Amino acid sequence: MANHHAHAVLPDEPEKATLEGKNKVLGFWLFLGGETVLFGSLFATFIALRDQANGGPTSQALFDMNLVAVATLLLLTSSMTSVMATLALHRKDLKKIQLWLTITVILGLGFLALEIYEFVHYVHEGLKMSTSAFSSAFYTLVGFHGAHVAFGICWITLLQLSATKKGLTVVTAPKFYLACLYWHFIDVVWVFIFTVVYLMGMIGGKVG
Amino acid sequence: MSAHASHAPNRSGLWDYLTTVDHKKIAILYLIAGGIFFLAGGLEALLIRLQLMYPEIEFVGAKTFNELITMHGTTMIFLAVMPIIFALMNAIVPLQIGARDVAFPFVNALGFWLFFFGGVLLNTSWFLGGAPDAGWTSYTTLALNQYSGRGVDFYVLGLQIAGLGTLIGGINFLVTIINMRAPGMTFMRMPMFTWASFITSGLILFAFPAITVGLVLLMFDRLFGGNFFNPDAGGNVVIWEHLFWIFGHPEVYILILPAFGIISEVVSTFSRKRLFGYSSMVFATALIGFLGFMVWAHHMFTTGLGAIANTLFGLATMLIAVPTGIKIFNWLLTMWGGQIRFPTANLFAVGFIPTFTIGGMTGVMLAVPPADYQYHDSYFVVAHFHYVIVGGLVFGLFSGLYYWWPKMFGKMLNETIGKWNFWTFFIGFHLTFFPQHFLGLMGMPRRVFTYLKDQNLDMGNFISTIGAFGMTIGTILFMINVVVAAKSSKRAPADPWDGRSLEWAIPSPPPEYNFVQTPLVRGLDALWVEKMAGNKGMTPAEPIGDIHMPSPSFLPFLMSLGLFVAGYGFIYHNYVVVVIGILATLACMFTRSVKDDPGYHIHEDELEEKGVKA
Repeated sequence: MANHHAHAVLPDEPEKATLEGKNKVLGFWLFLGGETVLFGSLFATFIALRDQANGGPTSQALFDMNLVAVATLLLLTSSMTSVMATLALHRKDLKKIQLWLTITVILGLGFLALEIYEFVHYVHEGLKMSTSAFSSAFYTLVGFHGAHVAFGICWITLLQLSATKKGLTVVTAPKFYLACLYWHFIDVVWVFIFTVVYLMGMIGGKVG
Repeated sequence: MSAHASHAPNRSGLWDYLTTVDHKKIAILYLIAGGIFFLAGGLEALLIRLQLMYPEIEFVGAKTFNELITMHGTTMIFLAVMPIIFALMNAIVPLQIGARDVAFPFVNALGFWLFFFGGVLLNTSWFLGGAPDAGWTSYTTLALNQYSGRGVDFYVLGLQIAGLGTLIGGINFLVTIINMRAPGMTFMRMPMFTWASFITSGLILFAFPAITVGLVLLMFDRLFGGNFFNPDAGGNVVIWEHLFWIFGHPEVYILILPAFGIISEVVSTFSRKRLFGYSSMVFATALIGFLGFMVWAHHMFTTGLGAIANTLFGLATMLIAVPTGIKIFNWLLTMWGGQIRFPTANLFAVGFIPTFTIGGMTGVMLAVPPADYQYHDSYFVVAHFHYVIVGGLVFGLFSGLYYWWPKMFGKMLNETIGKWNFWTFFIGFHLTFFPQHFLGLMGMPRRVFTYLKDQNLDMGNFISTIGAFGMTIGTILFMINVVVAAKSSKRAPADPWDGRSLEWAIPSPPPEYNFVQTPLVRGLDALWVEKMAGNKGMTPAEPIGDIHMPSPSFLPFLMSLGLFVAGYGFIYHNYVVVVIGILATLACMFTRSVKDDPGYHIHEDELEEKGVKA
């Protein structure tokens, strides 16, 4: 089937042109629903434990607005570039898709580098996984998000490499579409992390 | 068509089953694996009952008793009944909606192997220094390193791997039911079992990530020095309870809704009537699914959440009795005035109704928070949930197995043995669990390995253990029945029960492509509509043509094996093994992602060769 379609003219919305594509898109939306519960549970845990510093460093003592602002800027920009990739997908323009996704990956790598720097820095400041309930919850929530970013980077890179060989077809189009959807999702999660972990963490004072 | 293979790959025996992506073969794998775990869980139950047969005896002792209750609950819920439900869903749902296949055949196979390896990992704990012993709910702090052995590590990792399998299985069924229905099969024409599977899959999708997080946090606490549940470092043990029950309560509806679906099919078929109140059944199923998420804290009435929370969760819990009552009355009214037959499938279905009703009533009793302080952690609770899960779900599964066995295997189960199976299991069940209500009210706590003489607990416990033998005999009779059916040379007809839904329109067992031509559905009870119109079978919705099939793959097995290996790495703190395992899994994902699967085609002439008519 695959190479049969490769020679045909690509239909509009190529990601949903086949039943396989439709299934993938729907299945991925559902998967993201499950991911929402996953992050929701992690957020709930973090909110319950965020003031339990156990004598170790608190969020007010640690967080640095500048670092987080730069990281946020990088990630949100990468969200926009992934939208550009989706738009290019609907124009069936493989070159543009690859360009925008390359920028997305570079921005994602920048974000990840800052996060790794941040974690290493905090460990030097005395915030280890085992320091307090706050530290466990912080590293788990933010680390889970970071792992999602890392996975997304690997995924998109792999997609880029294989698409240079395979081109844009009804088989590869859903893959691009889903990767962009995934990237968006982890950006949305970051907006919540930025608010709940960093902004609320820096305002300080005991809550509840 | 394309340049790719146009013939079914020649695979046979074990290799065929290790690589299959056919939902009907995956169903059989689920049934075998789930059946073996069911026997293991049953054996554990029997040992528990033997320990409690007389007061103050040392049959297995306290330590083993703790392991037995933990593994019995965990095994039965996660590794026995869930997979048997998945077996029936895999075998039947695509047939009932007139689909050639499921949405994600590869993912389906992956889901099975993840469950299987997760279950095996968990059960190897018996031989590697002791099984988990913190109860199937694994409450912290009891489940932390200070109080529990390595067994809980097996619990954390085994369930994590198995849970991933269940989650992707649920997504697969949701997409299959939404996207792959035959022409004319609207949502309000879907058979009740498909509806129940649909809602159940939705519950799986939203409930399992909560346990995923809970298990991750417990794993971090146990293996990496996390402090989520360690009060000394600011942790909070109630978080575990919330996460566990946010998953755990919907889980009981994940279990019972498919049983409701089975009962609806069986009662309707054997009453020769359409299901009474079909649309109210659909509504009730959806409502139960929704309310199932709203009531988790009724497991925590005595935790100290406060009177307001207890009241709200108590009320929400009682609300579930309303849609459940609707279902009970609809089943009764389906039988009312019907031409009722009682083969074993219907015996189990009819036996289910009063039994489940008793379980439901004790559930409403438990939903009253002040009364719950009395029942809490007593045998009353044990009796309640066994009435629901065994009297409801296991009866439902037996009913479904007797009903669909000919469709799955092409052989009929023996009715005489079946009736003995029903009566020994049914009487044994009530003998086991009915006295436990009174034992609980008289103060016998659950999870305690023995009790004192002459406190009015002796007789009830003795009767309960005798009942457990009855259930054991019933289970053995079922296994004998399976062997007898396998040995018999008589083939089952396509439609042995004069069925109403689409699965009975195709041969038993179905060919690998299910339907030669996708059927056109013209009403609820699609096959029955055609039968009443005097037609021999379904009207096809498409001309006969080549059928595209997905290729078999060994990757799901290898991918799950990788996580299985990594699991041991985590448990024994050997991070080289962890890396090897995870890399193996990632390599499989890489291969799958880069290599497109063109599948193969079954040609028109081959279809006719097999003499199969839609």
